[in-house]
Amino acid sequence: MAILGLAWKSLRNRRFTAALTLASIALSVALLVGVERVRTETRASFANTISGTDLIVGARSGAVQLLLYAVFRIGSPTNNLSWQSLQDIAAHPKVAWVVPLSLGDSHRGFRVLGTSAEFFQRYRYARGRGLTFAQGGPFVDLYDAVLGSQVAQKLGYRLGDAIVVAHGAGDVAFARHDDKPFRVAGILAPTGTPVDRTVHVSLEAIEAIHIDWQGGAQVPGHTISAQAARSMELTPKAVTAALVGLRSKVATFQVQRFVNDYSAEPLTAILPGVALAELWGLVGVAEGALLVVSACVVVVGLFGMLTALLTGLNERRRELAILRSVGAGPAQVFALIMGEAAFLTLLGVALGLGLLYLALALGRPLVEAHWGIHLGIGGLSGHEVALLGVVSLAGCLIGAVPAYRAYRLSLADGLSPRV
Amino acid sequence: MNPGVAATLEPDAEAVIRIRDLAFRWSPRGPVVLALDALDVAAGERVFIEGPSGSGKSTLLSLLAGVARPAGGELRVLGQALGDLNGPQRDRFRADQVGYIFQMFNLIPYLSVVENVVLPARFSAGRRARALARSGTLGAEALRLLTDLDLADADLLHRPVTDLSVGQQQRVAAARALFGAPGLLIADEPTSALDADRREAFVRLLFEECRQARSTLVFVSHDAALEPLFDRTIRLAEVNGAGRRGG
Repeated sequence: MAILGLAWKSLRNRRFTAALTLASIALSVALLVGVERVRTETRASFANTISGTDLIVGARSGAVQLLLYAVFRIGSPTNNLSWQSLQDIAAHPKVAWVVPLSLGDSHRGFRVLGTSAEFFQRYRYARGRGLTFAQGGPFVDLYDAVLGSQVAQKLGYRLGDAIVVAHGAGDVAFARHDDKPFRVAGILAPTGTPVDRTVHVSLEAIEAIHIDWQGGAQVPGHTISAQAARSMELTPKAVTAALVGLRSKVATFQVQRFVNDYSAEPLTAILPGVALAELWGLVGVAEGALLVVSACVVVVGLFGMLTALLTGLNERRRELAILRSVGAGPAQVFALIMGEAAFLTLLGVALGLGLLYLALALGRPLVEAHWGIHLGIGGLSGHEVALLGVVSLAGCLIGAVPAYRAYRLSLADGLSPRV
Repeated sequence: MNPGVAATLEPDAEAVIRIRDLAFRWSPRGPVVLALDALDVAAGERVFIEGPSGSGKSTLLSLLAGVARPAGGELRVLGQALGDLNGPQRDRFRADQVGYIFQMFNLIPYLSVVENVVLPARFSAGRRARALARSGTLGAEALRLLTDLDLADADLLHRPVTDLSVGQQQRVAAARALFGAPGLLIADEPTSALDADRREAFVRLLFEECRQARSTLVFVSHDAALEPLFDRTIRLAEVNGAGRRGG
């Protein structure tokens, strides 16, 4: 349509104001789609905090509570899981593997997890990605520790450094296991999961550092040296929880029932995926709010366009009269202004997407390194396309306001604009 | 019978404008602002319309251009009864058949000189076809008209139209109004912004171009000095019945 060519030239003539309007639309669109993408990826990343584990077993409690302490290292268990029960579960014919987790100690604000070396093979996150070592390897010696990436980074540890584990979640001088220091044997690559904030040691080491402790304190005059502890019986009597892998997913509910009905001890088995979804329902409210706020920013951007087009109209009454004189009807005058709004909106959307992909390309390595969130740079998701469609439609609808005003003006003015 | 009277009363195939008992009011219940018993303009005629402000000049031009619609009576332009057409049809009629020159500020600021001249071709297939038939391309036809109007300076063509002098702008406007040879050229005080010594030259250029395009010229002006150049003068205050009755 001939009038759209005019709309385009008119915009180019008002480059400066058009560029400002364009920038505000582009930035708001980049923000909107960016928030949407980060939101989706965060949710996916959260849901993928743990995968490949079929059940998490712990003392009888709620699913979210068990998930919180077993996976997120938040809060503490109400009770332990006895070693005997764990052996019984491991012996179940449908159970492929069991990785015990023992919590309770900390190192300078980071939780210490006692587990078996199998943990490093079995723990999976983000759709089946395994743990990898940035440096070193799993613990070999009794007093070896493996650090999550954030622990190493925040505290500046390197391989071979000595660290002292404190009793409990706090760190007070009289409750340190300073007689049995650990050596950093490995540092894990970032995962974006709580593993990054965990100090991993062997289950036996947890037993060894508590061997001369009773009731939360070292028994005076009855200390056992680090060396002496090595030759003692270090099988734990109880652990905090355990990750369980099954031979077949079909058996999930069967084994869950077996654990929940275990008569020697009150236990709970949860499906990690279900519990994660439940937990996301609690913490995911903020992300919805974020999307609403960025949608408001888009509305503000579009209102900027409305203002720019409306304020320009009065100065353009002469132009509209000239167009009328060469044969343009009021409908074409409407199309002219509408076309300008549509160009601004569509260009803004395209530019915003360009900005977003640029930001993604630049920021992706940083986000992945810091938070372990993997931002996809691929095509637009259906939801994103829908968002962009709504923005484009809204832009055109808003453009109808100045377009209608121009239509009214050109009808009233005819060939003699009152300027 | 007086042959002169017969010429105005007989339906004339050559008449470009034919008005009978025309009445116009801005709103359905408003006063009649223009009432013309009979007015005919023959093809190729150059008519000078003179009248004080308020005599209905703007109204008459709006009616002739098909922007306003007559409330009653007959208004035929180039054989077309404008009262029978709806808004979009009158817009199309104007695009095809009417060239219009304003008093000043004729040019679209975001278009180049040539783009301003070829603007009518965007709205009328007929004028586009006539321009192509005459010069081969739209640009060539624009250049031909601009050359005739003494404007084909390469430097001038590439300047923003807002940088042109008033006289240059008016000549570009004339080139646009004549582009694609419309049957009727309406000029609404086109010389009032020009220096006195340039006015006659502008009018003569306009005459020459109208003759080539076979366009009929309706020229509104206050400038009595230009009047003798025209074939005929219509004193609107005298022929406008509404004005007489109102005054």
